[in-house]
Amino acid sequence: MDNASFIIQQLINAIFLGSIYSLIALGYTMVYGIIELINFAHGELFTAGAFIGIIVLAALQNMGFVETHFVLTLILVFGMAMAYVAVLGVAIEHVAYKPLRKASRLAAILSALGMSIFLSNGMMLSQGVSDRAYPAIFGLKGFSILDARIAYGQIFIIILSLVLMVALNMFVNWTKLGKAMRATAQNQTMARMLGIDIDRTIRVTFMIGPALGAAAGVMVGMYYGSVRFDMGFIYMIKAFAAAILGGIGSIPGAVLGGIIIGGVEVLWSAFLPSEWKDVTTFVVLILVLYLRPSGILGEHVSESRV
Amino acid sequence: MTVKEPILELKDVHTYYGNIHALKGISCAIPSGDIACLIGANGAGKSTTLLTIFGVQRAKRGEILFKGYPIHHLRPEQVAAKGISQTPEGRQIFPRMTTLENLEMGAYLRNDKAEVADDMEWVFDLFPVLKDRTRQLGGTLSGGEQQMLAIGRALMSRPELLLLDEPSLGLAPKLVEKIFETILEINKMGVTIFLVEQNAHMALSISNSGYVMETGRIVLTDRAARLLENEKVKKAYLGE
Repeated sequence: MDNASFIIQQLINAIFLGSIYSLIALGYTMVYGIIELINFAHGELFTAGAFIGIIVLAALQNMGFVETHFVLTLILVFGMAMAYVAVLGVAIEHVAYKPLRKASRLAAILSALGMSIFLSNGMMLSQGVSDRAYPAIFGLKGFSILDARIAYGQIFIIILSLVLMVALNMFVNWTKLGKAMRATAQNQTMARMLGIDIDRTIRVTFMIGPALGAAAGVMVGMYYGSVRFDMGFIYMIKAFAAAILGGIGSIPGAVLGGIIIGGVEVLWSAFLPSEWKDVTTFVVLILVLYLRPSGILGEHVSESRV
Repeated sequence: MTVKEPILELKDVHTYYGNIHALKGISCAIPSGDIACLIGANGAGKSTTLLTIFGVQRAKRGEILFKGYPIHHLRPEQVAAKGISQTPEGRQIFPRMTTLENLEMGAYLRNDKAEVADDMEWVFDLFPVLKDRTRQLGGTLSGGEQQMLAIGRALMSRPELLLLDEPSLGLAPKLVEKIFETILEINKMGVTIFLVEQNAHMALSISNSGYVMETGRIVLTDRAARLLENEKVKKAYLGE
């Protein structure tokens, strides 16, 4: 493989992995932005999405639906995973976070950790402890640019991530509800004084964030071909690092952080022993916390000016 | 005082911050269409009074009536829906939203798009500088611009009653004058105004009536013109 092909290959890998981290990081950053809580259950919501995906996909495959209606299958799998996890997200907010909104930060964090353990065990009990194989609907089909092999699955995932991120951007910047969500994130008391029902904007945040995480879960399952009840952990760590790197609370920051973390990881794996690739994330995280705790696009400085 | 129907009435309102008794029985009645001001030293409870009216702070005892209906049990978003708006202490502009978006949030409860657009033009007429800043983030505006934006945003809900907390704070004298002129102009459009100010002279000179507050109590109530002549007020608040 020549240099150009190698670069193309790694670039696609980096964008692919980066978009997945970005999608998950968006959930962290949106929830943090609006209620200043790290939703530790987010990794489990991602896993739950992957499981819903596998259940729907397996059912459709048994019906022979996948071959005849490929596009509809994808819509159903992603749609149902996202919808289910959105409902789960709202339920978690209602049960575990809303009652603690006025309590200390620590109480809410503990509640989030508890929710994470609860969901993880719930999935272990209901889905088993071993790897479950994802129906390979994309197979290994793909195309080549020079000598670089690019799977259709990868391209699909990159495009879908992009579509979801653009849709999110349009929602938060162009719709009334999206703007109300940003207003709530920036100043809750003022938002209420303008008539914004913050319970509603918080609920919407807990629908969108987890739904994006669920989409990422399905993508990971489809691409790597298997899911397990504890697969969310490592993704959670990476996406968390991505959200911090980009500046927690910042939506563009989460996307940027995800791409960087994905890029660094791919770069490392390309040249150095890949068993150590996860370490890169932590190194980046520690460096960010040390050098620029507010993250690349963190805006705490301008906020305190107001 | 006038015999006009009060739009806002406070009856023996008590507010606490934890154990601190911040409002110790506030009573006042603001006639519809007037400008009333609340003056007093720092920490007297002026801002707390406005926050209590809005339900941000809960009144522990007493009644707050808006157009005769009790509102002291309502949450802030419900108070806003009744037709009251506020520019709170510190302006509270959304820092990462543009001027335009801040104004749009002021009209959050309205669905009459065409009229919202008209009102936005009105706000731009009142504060032309905002029109040049529509795409700029709230957090990057100057203090004066933020104050104008806060007032503009409060007007976007088309309120019947506007609560203003220290609109002159931190502004250059020339700008203060401009803000007060605009307050008079807004009042002429039929909006009742309840103004909290440390700049007592400015506040009393545009108000119909005034209240003087000391350590959680209203100690003096009179027509604004007479408070300006009151020896105690002159000494304590007008620096004469």
